[in-house]
Amino acid sequence: MRHFEQELEQLKGKLLEMSALVEAAVQRSVAAVAQKDRSAAEQVLHDEARINALEMEIDEFAINLLATQQPLAADLRLVVAALKINTDLERMGDLSVSIAQRAVSLLSEPVITPMVDIRHMSSLVESMVRKSLDAFVANDADMARSVLASDDAVDSLRTASYHELVSFMEKDPRNIPQALDLIGITRSLERIADHSTNIAEDVLFLVKGIDVRHHAEARQ
Amino acid sequence: MSPMQAPSPQPAPDVTMRGQTFPMQMAEEKKPVAGEVAKLSTTNLNFYYGSFQALHGISMQVYANRVTAFIGPSGCGKSTFLRTINRMYETIRTSRAEGEILLDGEDIFKLEVSELRKRVGMVFQRSNPFPKSIFDNIAYGPRINGSVSRSGMKEHVEQSLRRAALWDEVKDKLNESAYSLSGGQQQRLCIARALAVDPEVLLLDEPCSALDPIATAKIEDLIFQLKDSCTIVIVTHNMQQAARVADFTGFFLMGKLIEFDTTTVIFKNPAKKETEDYITGRFG
Repeated sequence: MRHFEQELEQLKGKLLEMSALVEAAVQRSVAAVAQKDRSAAEQVLHDEARINALEMEIDEFAINLLATQQPLAADLRLVVAALKINTDLERMGDLSVSIAQRAVSLLSEPVITPMVDIRHMSSLVESMVRKSLDAFVANDADMARSVLASDDAVDSLRTASYHELVSFMEKDPRNIPQALDLIGITRSLERIADHSTNIAEDVLFLVKGIDVRHHAEARQ
Repeated sequence: MSPMQAPSPQPAPDVTMRGQTFPMQMAEEKKPVAGEVAKLSTTNLNFYYGSFQALHGISMQVYANRVTAFIGPSGCGKSTFLRTINRMYETIRTSRAEGEILLDGEDIFKLEVSELRKRVGMVFQRSNPFPKSIFDNIAYGPRINGSVSRSGMKEHVEQSLRRAALWDEVKDKLNESAYSLSGGQQQRLCIARALAVDPEVLLLDEPCSALDPIATAKIEDLIFQLKDSCTIVIVTHNMQQAARVADFTGFFLMGKLIEFDTTTVIFKNPAKKETEDYITGRFG
């Protein structure tokens, strides 16, 4: 294997390490909310530093490859996709932290809602995260497309959940602090889904060389 | 053309990369790109050195006022293709071309060769100034052609040197030997000499391979400016150079044009595996 190919493998390896950490962070933050799991929340807060450090490491590594190897074609697409996926992963890590922090503040209170929508939304978001990262690992364009198809469902669940939580607030003002935390959680979950969608779009660019963002395919 | 009997065209052999053998597949013949005007057009062009077939059925268009780059490994036929465009190969006795090359719709094989080379200039890998003064290098072509009057020659030389971005560096030493110039300046002098006969097409055969990055950057800037007034075809081994200067890029392998497309497509998302393997350095 040429030196450059080894470096590309290293880049991919770092990104996979980051993916594993972020996927676990998302799962743990959701568990912290749904199962009132304090240790899961604490683990998310603990892992954030490693995710942030890896983001910087991957950026530097990819920029060095651009500067020194001047990659082309599939290699160029891999380095560019790695830079973009890296940013999305780091943001997903931050959003997991935000969910975990809210989960901690909810630990001591009885919940005002059975959280059916939130649980459903969480499992959909977790599945999007897992599929987008699997698609990246396996260079699987079909799997990446299946992630794009799930984004609307997450948006709908978030809207439904929002209306439900607003009605709780209207019923009893004492519900407001907890409802605001739950609205914050659904917002973070919806954003995590958006970042998974971005990753899936980057995978399609990486594998097929096509740009599907903002319905670019339909416009063409 | 040589009177010798050429063999009938043979399909190109398969190519082996990393222990795998790929059947050679040529670029699909594409319709002209919308909005572009074909300056040169080749149809089923075959070329032979004796019994060796160096080009296999090349059909493509070179678009007017665009830079077209040809890339490919050594011996792939890209320079041979360039040399057929102004019939430079005819000095090789056993060589032979068949097929069609049209320049603005005119068959180049029916043109007088001196007329063709006036319209299609060429600059080579190694600068080759004449052992004359800078001024005489530029004036040589127009004098032979009688295309510029004696009184207008000074102005014409200045204009040619300006087009080649060399005037400011040589204006005070026009009577000095061309050999007194640096490598980069000599190459720009050769470009100025080619421009002095106002060619419609300029063929550049690895024009920067012997130059340092500063001289290379000057030639690349020059190529960018010249495409307003002529059509440029460049053969280069430097992938980044093709990516920087060319509007269209063709990839040659074993005498076949494997892929031809816009430069962005070739370097961002080529359609053929052979192109991808070559430009990412996984070839061979």
